[in-house]
Amino acid sequence: MATTLDYLRTNKLPHIWCPGCGNGTVINALLRAIDAKGLDKDKTVIVSGIGCSSRAPGYMDFNTLHTTHGRALAFATGIKMANPELTVFVISGDGDSSAIGGNHLIHACRRNIDLNLIIINNNIYGMTSGQYSPLTPTGATATTAVYGNIDRPFDLVALTSAAGATYVARASTFHVPQLKTYMERAIENKGFSVIEAVSTCPTYFGRRNKIGDAVNMMNYIKENSVMRKEGVTEYDKTYVIGEFVKKVAPEYTDNYTQLIERVGGKK
Amino acid sequence: MSQNKRLLLQGNEACVMGALRAGMTFFAGYPITPSSEIAEISSIELPKVGGRFIQMEDEIASMAAVIGASLTGQKAMTATSGPGFSLKQENIGYAAIAEVPCVIASIMRMGPSTGLPTSPAQGDIMQARWGTHGDHPAICICPTSVAEMYELTITAFNYAEKYRTPVILSTDEVIAHMREGVEIKDDYEIVNRKQPAPGDTSYQPYADVDGDGVPPLAPFGAGYRYHVTGLAHGDDGFPVGPGAKNDIMLRRICAKVEDHADEIAIYETQFTEDAELLFVAAGSVARAAMAVVKRLRAEGVKAGLFIPKTLWPFPATAYKACLENVKQVIVPELNLGQMVLEVERITGGKCPVSHVGKVTGELFSTEEIYDFAMAVNK
Ligand SMILES: Cc1ncc(C[n+]2csc(CCOP(=O)(O)OP(=O)(O)O)c2C)c(N)n1
Ligand code: SF4
Repeated sequence: MATTLDYLRTNKLPHIWCPGCGNGTVINALLRAIDAKGLDKDKTVIVSGIGCSSRAPGYMDFNTLHTTHGRALAFATGIKMANPELTVFVISGDGDSSAIGGNHLIHACRRNIDLNLIIINNNIYGMTSGQYSPLTPTGATATTAVYGNIDRPFDLVALTSAAGATYVARASTFHVPQLKTYMERAIENKGFSVIEAVSTCPTYFGRRNKIGDAVNMMNYIKENSVMRKEGVTEYDKTYVIGEFVKKVAPEYTDNYTQLIERVGGKK
Repeated sequence: MSQNKRLLLQGNEACVMGALRAGMTFFAGYPITPSSEIAEISSIELPKVGGRFIQMEDEIASMAAVIGASLTGQKAMTATSGPGFSLKQENIGYAAIAEVPCVIASIMRMGPSTGLPTSPAQGDIMQARWGTHGDHPAICICPTSVAEMYELTITAFNYAEKYRTPVILSTDEVIAHMREGVEIKDDYEIVNRKQPAPGDTSYQPYADVDGDGVPPLAPFGAGYRYHVTGLAHGDDGFPVGPGAKNDIMLRRICAKVEDHADEIAIYETQFTEDAELLFVAAGSVARAAMAVVKRLRAEGVKAGLFIPKTLWPFPATAYKACLENVKQVIVPELNLGQMVLEVERITGGKCPVSHVGKVTGELFSTEEIYDFAMAVNK
């Protein structure tokens, strides 16, 4: 088995992330999943938007595309449509994917295009130093919610499930084996897959909300999470970890390939 | 033996046919009058040639998808109009700095905002140059007939591929919607982007290896595993901080167009050899101006017409060559004064430049331009 270093551009390290940031843990899980599935680096594309989490592709030894804020899924849609043979991952922050990129998110789910979206949810805008995001809990503080956040957060799992994603799972930087397993399942799914990776930003979320440093934040996730049980819909913990949607539906680029064949188009 | 054929086409239809002739295999768009036929016809024709069409959720996404598709090696295009052109701007800047070839058709209607959505205008000439933030290269091509919609769409793709940059094809609603006979030749020059030599292990996506300012571009999936970013970057494509590398990169991407401005320039001159009264007009306005020039000539006035078909870069050398005997320049535009600013700049005070603008949402009549000319040319 290869090590994760075999999938990194080691000459681009060290990375820009703060000590204790969850981004590295998520990327580690992703690289292990890619290795386990034996993906060809040359045929794999990693796309991201803008944010701390979106800097990940620069360190990863694949075809990598660091795009504009919120638009990664739209760039990735063009790539996958133009060359369905490529395996395409999208790495996105909670703000990148669900605020500025929220429209692209629901439409990618609706199309069921074969992309694998990893949302690194640190509950905050990290890169711009701690403003509230659509995933900041009500009542939490942020640099633009000093008096407490009055917004209600999204439930990314419910949102993407309702929008039509065919594989939806949630794990966290504490639940690393699950993170890797779910990423493998996402790769296996021929359709749009979403993995919410609950993560930590000790620098801007932890400190401001008095959760503490990286270790304390990890403990916070541990204490506030519960594994999903089939048939159970109500939980008394904040983070429900597990697989929520696993279904089979026609995939978008396949449908288009069939359309081409139907109109007799293949040269 | 010549296989030339003559077809009756609508402007937008000719645009799609030209794009297909140039090798377009991907289109992403979002409907907006007066450009929608470009999307509609692309959706019909692309699958027939094994290409792909997608209607995205908005113009931002369409522009993004086009860039993504181009990075896989396809020739990709989108089409829009004013409001959508504004939405595309951030990603057009991305294509410029990341040097991703693509074509953006923007059919001008009356703005700002929703304005007069079905009426012709030329209010986006400056947006085509400066719509996205930061210094960047810009090529904007403006057809004046349906035949040119065909030929200049091919040119737009050729320039995009040759200079590895987004190219804007922008004309007014009239040219997009009118129908004219188009002579389709059996032979057009088609340009494809430079690619690295097979097995080139030292490939750097932004290294100016040929010294022409245009680095080769490998398709994603071909084994080069390079990085693309909208951040300032070095030859290897990876981010750099403030300093010389950004300066070199930014100057190079601007110079690859500016240094080839004469080569890129497309224009037409009518009666300019001895012209004393020179009209400068683009798009449908050029046609009205032509009628005025003929009338003035019949009346003994030495009138001439310069038609820029690249608005950016403006064909400065060719234009200046027309100025020898010119005593007055008149720039009629369907806006309140945009192209005229560039004309004034290039004229450099050699003679007076007057602007006549119309923003009723209607075309110029020849009388309007004629009357204005008589008034200034006393
Ligand atoms: C169009 C645009 N608007 C705003 C920004 C500024 N910006 C950069 S990153 C960011 C938010 C990042 O937060 P998130 O997506 O949650 O990622 P994180 O940094 O937390 O990983 C913002 C608002 C931008 N780059 N582009
Ligand atoms: S600011 Fe937060 S999200 Fe960004 S690198 Fe630091 S810890 Fe990570």
